[in-house]
Amino acid sequence: MIAGLLDGIFNGISIGAVLLIAALGLAIVFGLMGVINLAHGELMMLGAYTTFVVQNGFKMLGKPWSETYIIFALILAFLVTAAVGLVLERGVIRYLYGRPLETLLATWGVSLILQQFARSVSWVLVIGIAIFCFLFFGALWVLSRRPDFERIRNWVIAIMLPISLGVASATGAFLGQTYKLAVTKPWFGAQNVDVTAPNWLRGGLRLGTLQMPYTRLFIIGLTIVCVAGIYVFLQRSPWGLRIRSVMQNRSMSACLGIPTAKVDAITFALGSGLAGIAGCAISLLGSVGPNTGQNYIVDTFMVVVVGGVGKLVGSIVAAMGIGTINYLISSKVLVPMVAPIKPLVDLFEFFGTTSMAKVMVFALIIAFLQVRPGGIFPQKGRSVDA
Amino acid sequence: MARRLGRRKFLLYGSATLGTSILLKACSSTPPSSTSETASPTAASPSPSATTVAAAGGGNTIKVGILHSRSGTMAISENSVVDAELLAIEEINKAGGVLGKQIQAVEEDGQSDWPTFAEKARKLIDQDKVVTVFGCWTSASRKAVLPVFEEKSHMLWYPVQYEGQECSKNIFYTGAAPNQQIEPAVDWLLQNKGKKFFLVGSDYVFPRTANTIIKEQLKAKGGETVGEDYLPLGNTEVTPIITKIKAALPDGGVIFNTLNGDSNVAFFKQMQGAGLGPDKYPVMSVSIAEEEVKAIGTEYLKGQYAAWNYFQTVDTPRNKQFVEAFKAKYGPDRVTNDPMEAAYIAVYLWKQAVEKAKTADDLESVRKAAVGQTFEAPEGTVTMESNHHISKFVRLGEVADDGLFKIVYETKAAVKPVPWNQFVAATKGLGCDWSDSKKGGQYKI
Repeated sequence: MIAGLLDGIFNGISIGAVLLIAALGLAIVFGLMGVINLAHGELMMLGAYTTFVVQNGFKMLGKPWSETYIIFALILAFLVTAAVGLVLERGVIRYLYGRPLETLLATWGVSLILQQFARSVSWVLVIGIAIFCFLFFGALWVLSRRPDFERIRNWVIAIMLPISLGVASATGAFLGQTYKLAVTKPWFGAQNVDVTAPNWLRGGLRLGTLQMPYTRLFIIGLTIVCVAGIYVFLQRSPWGLRIRSVMQNRSMSACLGIPTAKVDAITFALGSGLAGIAGCAISLLGSVGPNTGQNYIVDTFMVVVVGGVGKLVGSIVAAMGIGTINYLISSKVLVPMVAPIKPLVDLFEFFGTTSMAKVMVFALIIAFLQVRPGGIFPQKGRSVDA
Repeated sequence: MARRLGRRKFLLYGSATLGTSILLKACSSTPPSSTSETASPTAASPSPSATTVAAAGGGNTIKVGILHSRSGTMAISENSVVDAELLAIEEINKAGGVLGKQIQAVEEDGQSDWPTFAEKARKLIDQDKVVTVFGCWTSASRKAVLPVFEEKSHMLWYPVQYEGQECSKNIFYTGAAPNQQIEPAVDWLLQNKGKKFFLVGSDYVFPRTANTIIKEQLKAKGGETVGEDYLPLGNTEVTPIITKIKAALPDGGVIFNTLNGDSNVAFFKQMQGAGLGPDKYPVMSVSIAEEEVKAIGTEYLKGQYAAWNYFQTVDTPRNKQFVEAFKAKYGPDRVTNDPMEAAYIAVYLWKQAVEKAKTADDLESVRKAAVGQTFEAPEGTVTMESNHHISKFVRLGEVADDGLFKIVYETKAAVKPVPWNQFVAATKGLGCDWSDSKKGGQYKI
């Protein structure tokens, strides 16, 4: 009985921890900024691919390094996805604040682009993009120092855009012709790639009949560290204070001299970086492919919505709750407890597979949102005044 | 607002950019596109008269259709099948073609989308006037194109193992029927690995039908189904399944795996993490071949089993030749697998049928001629039976260190196909015979 209970608690928490670490970044950009970021899953995917690249790099370095790659992968995944998030915020999202539907469509488009990017990224593509950015944005930057830039701006764009596109694609075509497969071969391809956990993360900790996989323990630990880190950052650091104040009242914060644009960028980069860490974590559980993020995006939105937009505590409670309920239903451990009541047994038997449990959890969430439309901990966020 | 583009200016710049980019695109992409059409000498020729001859169906080529998912979620698996089909066509063309004519492959992309498959099948038949189509992977895509081929009385060669319970006059099935893969695997497990089975599958038609068959078979042969669970396609949360397996099989037992795609990776990774290894919990998979082992990672699969008709390690001279030819064409790091071999067989069996019928255009004669054709395939000598399925060798393999399979069991002779399952009550006693006009696709034996 005790063993069964422990087993249930551990498994519930382990599913919840995966949900939570995936949802943390989303909780920040959706909860604090009111941005519906459908590209969150793809940011996770980028984190997972970063892990794959770091793993392969460290494999070449040899024994002591190849066992510790996961630490470096976590850091690098955070940095890479935070940088991508920053570009995304500066390039797309900042033009769309306060327009949730446009944000939704734009980020969905970005998610499709990123998925296809992961499938077809090759040296030719990367070099082409780099040359284009260098020529186009470089020219804009150089010319922007001229006093009459505003007047000639449109002409600069009209001339530089085709020139940079042409040079970039011509270089790409030239490289492709010269070096053939060596540069045109996709880095990852459409095929899923595999991240292997280091040896010390394989197997599990034995407690009686219960075996707790080390990867799960690692993810639970990582989730705790991330939650604590975000808490400290938001509550104790000066930037955390600024983020919270902008979240509550943007115009007042701006009047008081807080650089709101910078705060937006930092918040979004932080949320994206957390997606990268989540990607690194989930690569220990499954495989890494262009669709990796898609499998998590719905679950993470459910966690954020059920928890109450704008409250991290809500996300924690919701993730643990959904994880545990999902586990209890799909593993049929509730069946013996309701044994005397026949219809209930039939109900739980019917929903007792992993795919059917999802249906029941979804139904429960819909029912719950009828009672508390704002989630577990409703709060006024920026989405209210936006 | 001096910075804003006016509508006229925007249109002007936009069309200028578009025009330039199209021009550049045309300049840069012309040379490679003409080299890629090596399969069709007439199409590559710039003279308009040559192309019209080919389109009219005359000349010295025979057009066949290749209909697979070149994009979308199934592309991973189907691309390699197309590679095998093109290899067979190239080999036949080099050896002089069919009836003295070169085979010209017309490729269409089903895009992993079943209505698109039906649309493209129609296009291949009506517009391209192909004489046969090689294609499809998932049962869903096959079910989608089936009405098209029946309506047009045309011909499809289907190269993948499937759940059976179907027997169309217009389809030739060169993959395994359940009695050539699933049933022998269950028998072998009952004899060698234990009587208690846990069934894990993805939540769609193939695993559910396969598991129905397995459950009936276990009932008939003294085994026991202790549990089953289905995972949505793409799901990676396996914890509840592992709990159920531990509860149902505390001291170990057999796990029969019909999971497809990514879920397999999550399943094997987490099984290993939970300490359920192949020594106590042997897993028999029916959707994991060499290509998938490479993607999942050998360290998670080592010691686990798979059931197929063909492995790259099959020891026949014909297979050595096949593997060498494939690696020479596509690169030394590529592997061959069962559906690729079945697709390769399909092209050759079609060629033989055409040669026996002495025509490629009269489909009824080709269909008649196809039955009874034998071909020395990489897996062994196979024969097209009157139910439009082929007799195949059954093999069970264990994943070895190099990611290939060590064959632990193989049948001495080819096993005859039984499309209507004899363990399931609804189809018990049903047979299929297209060589006899009184019997047809579904008759009482």
